[in-house]
Amino acid sequence: MSDNRSAWKALVPWLAVFVLLLFVPRFLPRFHVYLLGLIFTTGLLAVSLNLVLGLGGMYQFHHAVFYGIGAYTVAIVITKTTLSPCIGFLLAPVVSALLSLAIGLICVRLSKLYFGMLQISLGSLVWAVVFRWYSFTGGDDGIHGIPVPDIISSTDGAYYFSLILTAICLIVMQRIVNSPFGRSFQAVRDNPVRSEAVGINVKRVQLTGMVISGAFAGIAGSLFVVIEGSVFPELMFWTLSLEIIIMCLLGGWFTFLGPMLGAAIIVLLRTVVGIYTEYWTLVLGIVLMLLILFLPQGVLGFFLEKFKRGGMKAVQERK
Amino acid sequence: MLLVENLQKSFDGFIAVSDARLEVEKGEVVAVIGPNGAGKTTLFNLITGQLRADSGRILFKGENISGMPSYEICRKGISRSFQVVNIFSRLTVFENVRVSVISHNKRTFNLFSRAESIAVSETEEILQSLGFSEKANRISGSLSHGDQKVLEMAIALGNRPELLILDEPTAGMSPEETRDTLELMKLLSRERGITILFCEHDMELVFSISNRIMVMQHGRTIIQSKPDVVRNDTHVQEAYLGGADERI
Repeated sequence: MSDNRSAWKALVPWLAVFVLLLFVPRFLPRFHVYLLGLIFTTGLLAVSLNLVLGLGGMYQFHHAVFYGIGAYTVAIVITKTTLSPCIGFLLAPVVSALLSLAIGLICVRLSKLYFGMLQISLGSLVWAVVFRWYSFTGGDDGIHGIPVPDIISSTDGAYYFSLILTAICLIVMQRIVNSPFGRSFQAVRDNPVRSEAVGINVKRVQLTGMVISGAFAGIAGSLFVVIEGSVFPELMFWTLSLEIIIMCLLGGWFTFLGPMLGAAIIVLLRTVVGIYTEYWTLVLGIVLMLLILFLPQGVLGFFLEKFKRGGMKAVQERK
Repeated sequence: MLLVENLQKSFDGFIAVSDARLEVEKGEVVAVIGPNGAGKTTLFNLITGQLRADSGRILFKGENISGMPSYEICRKGISRSFQVVNIFSRLTVFENVRVSVISHNKRTFNLFSRAESIAVSETEEILQSLGFSEKANRISGSLSHGDQKVLEMAIALGNRPELLILDEPTAGMSPEETRDTLELMKLLSRERGITILFCEHDMELVFSISNRIMVMQHGRTIIQSKPDVVRNDTHVQEAYLGGADERI
């Protein structure tokens, strides 16, 4: 009983944040609302990567492919078929999960760096197809002016759509992290040999992790279409994958919400610094160096550690 | 229960196990002894599937398990501890054991229930039987070496094995810890009816608990028999003890 009550208590601040975010469009200018929607989308993408990167310890080097495929699925269903856009949104995670399964089946045979390298090459193959197939994907131009349903086409509509979907996805992912599967995935990360010796099929756990993570990346991709109204091949180019990894490291890849914070920092950095110079990656590079030197646990990881230590001290002083 | 026949394994031309034979009956405690490099650990790795044999058969309850992946062998009812401590060092003691209980209960792919409320009583029971309850919330990497060896056994017990394989369970332990481990092994064998196969350098321990002893040298089985027979076997004394004068 008391466990339950404390769990509800822990939820209160999150509920407060959510309610606050619901009212944001009332008093923020449109550009900021748009930016927040983009942060949720990118944050969801980063958290989904962290499921395999942080929790599973797998070198998922080409996560952007699953994001891009989700976005393209929505775009193509809306512009090239007569199907309802709803079907596009439902299909996005499914197609991304299937692509994860296909790439995963080949990659999980290898471990660590080799897994990552093979994934980059297979992902780049998908990118090349999308980049060249003009009649279907629009080639290097992409697809623009995608007519998303009216209710989510305005800035506010897109904002609410991304806020609510991101919140739901975060809840589900948090649940998965704390499930028996999540624990087993963590055990596989820490010690695959021992995991196998206690009866865990390591490759199957890793493959399952990849499929789940890919599905959430697909949802993030569909949110991108709603916010930007367009898709282009850069969405699945490997440099974006690198950027997502940086978000995880920057925010703290041993924390659940760290990657969300990392995504916020990078999106803001790109937007704000991008106003003054196109070389915003220069600033990113400096931030990264500072991070590696001073905050190896990431920003959120650092503050959680501090908070914990502070809490311990308080407890000791009371004693 | 377990029958190993003509098992062979070589690494890049080095023959680690050349002709291993072993028989374990249900309910027995069987020890494997032999000088360093005799191939004891390799033999165990072959039985539990960490390594794949070049030739020979491993029968468990009549089924050939040679070449199966280790997770499948574990599900057949064989679990093991490792000689060099091999635990989930970033997880707590409790989580270490819970991982194997979850796996045993076939809940590994359960995505939406809360791990917190799963396998609690089974895990607690195992920790209690090993006298580990107070250390349940310690990060396992911070335990002493002796405690980590006991945790090795606790993890293996999470799978409720019929056959428990222990690779030098008391290596690096203090005399006191060794005595506790011996008592624990006796308890597991007698009260839970778990069949135990282990290898060990502590001869006093080996002769005090084993029903039968198998002796290995240069990857070959010299003899497997009752402790008295092994003690008086001239081959064993020559090969293993380096001369007939030296008595075990």
